[in-house]
Amino acid sequence: MKFEPTYHYAKTHEWAKEESEGIRVGISDYAQDSLGDVVYVELPAPGRQVRQGEAVAVIESVKTASDIYAPVSGEIVAVNPDLSATPELVNQDPFGAGWLFLIKAQAPEELSQLLSAADYQSQVESH
Amino acid sequence: MKTTPLYPWHSQHAAKMGEFAGYALPLWYQSALSEHQAVREKAGLFDVSHMGEFRIEGQGALAFLEWATPNRVAALKPGRGHYSMLLNSKGGVVDDIYIFCRGESYQMVVNAARREADWEHLNSLAPDFAVTLQDVSDSRALLALQGPDSARILASLSPLNPASFRKNSLAESEILGVPAGISRTGYTGEDGFELTVAPAAALAVWEGLLAAGATPAGLAARDSLRLEAGYALYGHELNESTSPLCTPYAWVIKEKDFLGRTALDSTCPQKLVGIQLSKGIPRAGMAVTVGEKTVGQVSSGGFAPSLGYGVALAWLEAEYCDLGTSLSVAGKPGQVVALPFYGGKNEI
Repeated sequence: MKFEPTYHYAKTHEWAKEESEGIRVGISDYAQDSLGDVVYVELPAPGRQVRQGEAVAVIESVKTASDIYAPVSGEIVAVNPDLSATPELVNQDPFGAGWLFLIKAQAPEELSQLLSAADYQSQVESH
Repeated sequence: MKTTPLYPWHSQHAAKMGEFAGYALPLWYQSALSEHQAVREKAGLFDVSHMGEFRIEGQGALAFLEWATPNRVAALKPGRGHYSMLLNSKGGVVDDIYIFCRGESYQMVVNAARREADWEHLNSLAPDFAVTLQDVSDSRALLALQGPDSARILASLSPLNPASFRKNSLAESEILGVPAGISRTGYTGEDGFELTVAPAAALAVWEGLLAAGATPAGLAARDSLRLEAGYALYGHELNESTSPLCTPYAWVIKEKDFLGRTALDSTCPQKLVGIQLSKGIPRAGMAVTVGEKTVGQVSSGGFAPSLGYGVALAWLEAEYCDLGTSLSVAGKPGQVVALPFYGGKNEI
């Protein structure tokens, strides 16, 4: 199980990474492993305003459908165009090519409310 | 939670485990999708030791089973089996089962979740017949080798000749030198075999079949394979108040006397049908709508890996069951389609 050390994590298993164009968001290695093979990803429309904690995407796996929550508030400025044809990228490279969407953050300080990699790791390992 | 004799192997091989009918069983090893594909294209191997197995013996065995099940047991020659059901006095389904004729005695394979209910039900009927019932579930392991390569793999490890062993046959044979009850049956819509062996021999047979080319596969693939084939999962499609006449499995009901026959509902205000969605994935429990009206509910749903879209079995009001009827599941568009979703040669 991988935990990208420099990323921020939500308790609901999304990660957030600060980049120049905005906050890139995906799901953790633990989350993709728990879900099993991802078969369909429903992403938000670019331009949509989202609030921290709002359900904005759905990941359908062989097992179940899971809501994905925005880890920070802001505007969706891009979504991963590769996931409609190759949703398995979420399993294969959850911290990289399997990213979900990019948010232009309204309140970047919300990032500090998320968990560090170490704290997130201890959360999932206590389960 | 109960475990099967292969539990240590599943754990050592990092299977994602889940609970099913009180048993800890593998959901998948590496990937449910690739396990599904292995069964469709090559061969997969499932641990289905959780399933129940009863023996019915005595000179009244045939008469007993003719009364207790709706399919025609007298038509079974020794070494042959068929799909059937146990019905209650109201014509509802106690379980869906497989029966094999072993000559004087019979073998019944039942769902793990229904083992106790079935046992109680059968024992309540038994006093009127000269039969003895035995639950042998815990004294054997059951492995399912499924997929187009199954016959080749089996023939490499067993004296049984698949060429003269047709679907629904059962034989006492051996595999890797250990005694095995082998049937040409399964729950995937593919050719395949189910192997009954002693618990102590299960690991050697399991590893031998893997070494011969089978891919270990878990319950998630088993579920997507059976759904594509249109097969029922008890508790989803069938329960004690469903009428089998309103399902695609009505063919098990034959013209003869059996428990529940006179109470069977043939009016079918709702029927069990297949649905495919053009977008999204239907899941068990979701409502099916036509316009604003709720017309039914999904009993089993999921992504069909061999087809690339979501499919479901659903109970719908009879007037919405025609092939091609447009409908929605959780807002996603779809239509009623013929069963099976995948393949065409299965009697369902």
